Amino acid sequence: MHIAPPAIAGPFVHGGASIARDMRLVMLALLPATLFGLWQFGWPALLLFAVTLATVVVTEALCLWLAERPLRPFLGDGSALLTGWLLALSLPPWAPWWIGVIGGVIAILIAKQVFGGIGQNPFNPAMVARVALLIAFPVEMTSFVTPAPLGSDAAPGLGAALAIVQGGAPIDAYSGATTLGVVRTALDQGEALGGILGASFAPLDAALGLHGGSLGETSALLLLLGGLGLILTRVIGWQIPAAMLGTLALLATVMHLHDPTHYPDATYHLLGGATMLGAFFIATDPTTSPVSARGRLIFGAGCGLLVYVIRTWAGYPEGVAFAVLLMNACTPVIDHYVRPRIHGRDRRGRPLVGAESPEARR
Amino acid sequence: MNALRQLLRRPANRIHSVRGGVHPDDRKALAASAPITELALPARLDLPLQQHIGASAAPLVRKGQRVAKGEPIARAQGPISAPLHAPTSGRVIAIAERPAHHPSGLAMPTISIEPDGEERWYGALTPCDDPFALDPGAIAERVAAAGIVGLGGATFPAAVKLNLGASHPLHTLVINGAECEPYLTCDDRLMREHAEAVIDGARIMAHALGVGGILVAIEDNKPEAAAAIETAAAGFDAITPIRVPTRYPMGSERHLVQALIGRETPARALTAQLGVVVHNPATAFAVHQALRLGQPLIARVITLSGAAIARPANLWVPLGTPVETLIAHCGGLTEEDARLVSGGPMMGQPLPSPQVPTTKGCNAILALGAAERAPGRTMPCTRCGRCVEVCPCGLVPLELGAHIRAGDLEGAAERGLHDCLGCGSCAYTCPSQQPLAQYIAHAKGELAARERARRKQAETKALAERRTARLEAIKRAKREAMAKRKREAARKQAEQQTETEH
Repeated sequence: MHIAPPAIAGPFVHGGASIARDMRLVMLALLPATLFGLWQFGWPALLLFAVTLATVVVTEALCLWLAERPLRPFLGDGSALLTGWLLALSLPPWAPWWIGVIGGVIAILIAKQVFGGIGQNPFNPAMVARVALLIAFPVEMTSFVTPAPLGSDAAPGLGAALAIVQGGAPIDAYSGATTLGVVRTALDQGEALGGILGASFAPLDAALGLHGGSLGETSALLLLLGGLGLILTRVIGWQIPAAMLGTLALLATVMHLHDPTHYPDATYHLLGGATMLGAFFIATDPTTSPVSARGRLIFGAGCGLLVYVIRTWAGYPEGVAFAVLLMNACTPVIDHYVRPRIHGRDRRGRPLVGAESPEARR
Repeated sequence: MNALRQLLRRPANRIHSVRGGVHPDDRKALAASAPITELALPARLDLPLQQHIGASAAPLVRKGQRVAKGEPIARAQGPISAPLHAPTSGRVIAIAERPAHHPSGLAMPTISIEPDGEERWYGALTPCDDPFALDPGAIAERVAAAGIVGLGGATFPAAVKLNLGASHPLHTLVINGAECEPYLTCDDRLMREHAEAVIDGARIMAHALGVGGILVAIEDNKPEAAAAIETAAAGFDAITPIRVPTRYPMGSERHLVQALIGRETPARALTAQLGVVVHNPATAFAVHQALRLGQPLIARVITLSGAAIARPANLWVPLGTPVETLIAHCGGLTEEDARLVSGGPMMGQPLPSPQVPTTKGCNAILALGAAERAPGRTMPCTRCGRCVEVCPCGLVPLELGAHIRAGDLEGAAERGLHDCLGCGSCAYTCPSQQPLAQYIAHAKGELAARERARRKQAETKALAERRTARLEAIKRAKREAMAKRKREAARKQAEQQTETEH
């Protein structure tokens, strides 16, 4: 009889989880919000989405070839595709094609492969690319449009879409800023919050996504559904989204109660901008977030706090990308200091004393 | 209202929460329905002298000597050791080095017996009608003499654990019938078919330990075994059968105790520190046989399972039976490249060849087919944290793995390497299939080897220093003697001179 050579040690069975499966599930969870965004913003958005995805795949393949790593397992795990997908969702839907190309190259080459590829990057690649684009091309990155759903009269045809994506067509005709942007500008000009919000923020529309914004960030509800699906399938933990949304909501509520004329309430913060995409899909990136449950709570709370601070007092109307990157920088520190308590030891690593219950030392 | 009150009232046998763990596909259905059957005597039995934790046994027989079934053939050496007995009557045909039941396949001193088929029992067996009349120490002595070791796989001499009452105030004996490893059904079948013997053995052990309470914990995926134990225990107030949730590694001693009494065993300490001693049902069965019938440990139940085994079975196997005999008895292998594992698929050891003998600690032989095995393509760690989530010991396996990969074993040790129980939940759950359990096992082995080398070096150094000191002392003594003689001679000369002058 022929016997397989012995493996060095067990376990000899495996639960079946894989990176590729995780990535596929995340993309599946993103699908509703993505399809909604593509429908809402039509052909130009679809073209931008396709260009971005193609760029990340080609860049990843090129980097793997340069690094002499096998293409099949690393490209097949879908991590690059997901990075491109998330980046595309965070772009203005009618941005020119080269925004997607430059963003894709920055995300994969500079933010991921330079550090050693999957699992090695300290910062979320999609957010690095988004922030780099925002700083380098502020006009293109802040030119938002009001939704012109496919099939509606306002929707550009394929020809017009090609012109838009090539940056040749003026999009002023369609333009409209995001709610966050409008409110921020108006507040900066000293207008009262009630008036501005009444004109530009409808909670129901915000939840459904019937307003201007980045390609895939508009429908808070669909993103929330996808995110909950990921928690249920245990692809992500509940800690980061819960802590991030909870902190943001708490701060917004406290400040709103303190001064309703200057500080919008929690629904505005939870439903606007990239909050939902960030909480469920960006901040939960495993590589750049802490590994322990308590570490994740701290990380999520930090993200929520920074989002609120940036949106309220800093120079940008939206702060999810900055908040996540800043907390990414804290991840090694959090992981160093916040670790699970070892069985049979107290938090400081000393063996428990026989008569004591572990709870007493917690 | 009553229902609500009942809901709110804390149940007497509340299961306390235990951190981490995984739910592997238990695959117990393969062998669970197969009753324990006896194996025909093989043509030869090979009994390695080391089948337990501690010092290896020393042979009591010579080549060519005839032995009876149950006759001692090797004696224990030192306080932590166990004797060996002939599994059947026959002739000692060799005492030599033979490949051991160990992943390395290295040879180990082994007594080989050729059975004569007579099954003639050893005359000096001493059955006991009323073990409860015996002194606790006497029970432990009989258990030690019967060569009983922890049959759950740890193979720690059972008698040493029965003496813990002398050093620790004990209150509870836990019979660990969790059998949380997938595929394994040997304890399940033993509890179903010999529940009364298991309960009797447990009561004898409780008497030896001087404890009042016995908890028999069985995972709730074995309802038949639990029912049988509940029936067998019905007459005894001291015994409480408890169904514990099915979750790997529920059978880990410390975690089972935590689930049952809600307290963690301090690091580096025994559960006895909490007043609890844990034994396996197969050990309890062996204690029953040793005390009631006077029979030493010469056979055990072994599960043969896995997709590559033609007819999975639970067999009553004489110690020393070659693994290939068991496989042949079960219809052979159905797959070309089956992987042989001794023990469960999570913590078991790979077997290098089917020619090795079965031992006291071997509770299962698995032949895993290609479809059941981990596919084994390792990807980089993405820090997803699943290993942290499932680690029942509260470790950060991905961090240990990173330190070990970089060669920083001390760094891993500082981060709790030695608190790892080796359950393999981390590697089982890792999406990147990082061999985390393997890294950790390697680091533990390497650190132990370094520690041994360090101790040996220190010993050598001390010896060398003592030798130098001794030589110095001899030299000094010689010098002093020489000087003394010179002085003496000078004095004598002086005396003679004065004498002649007078």
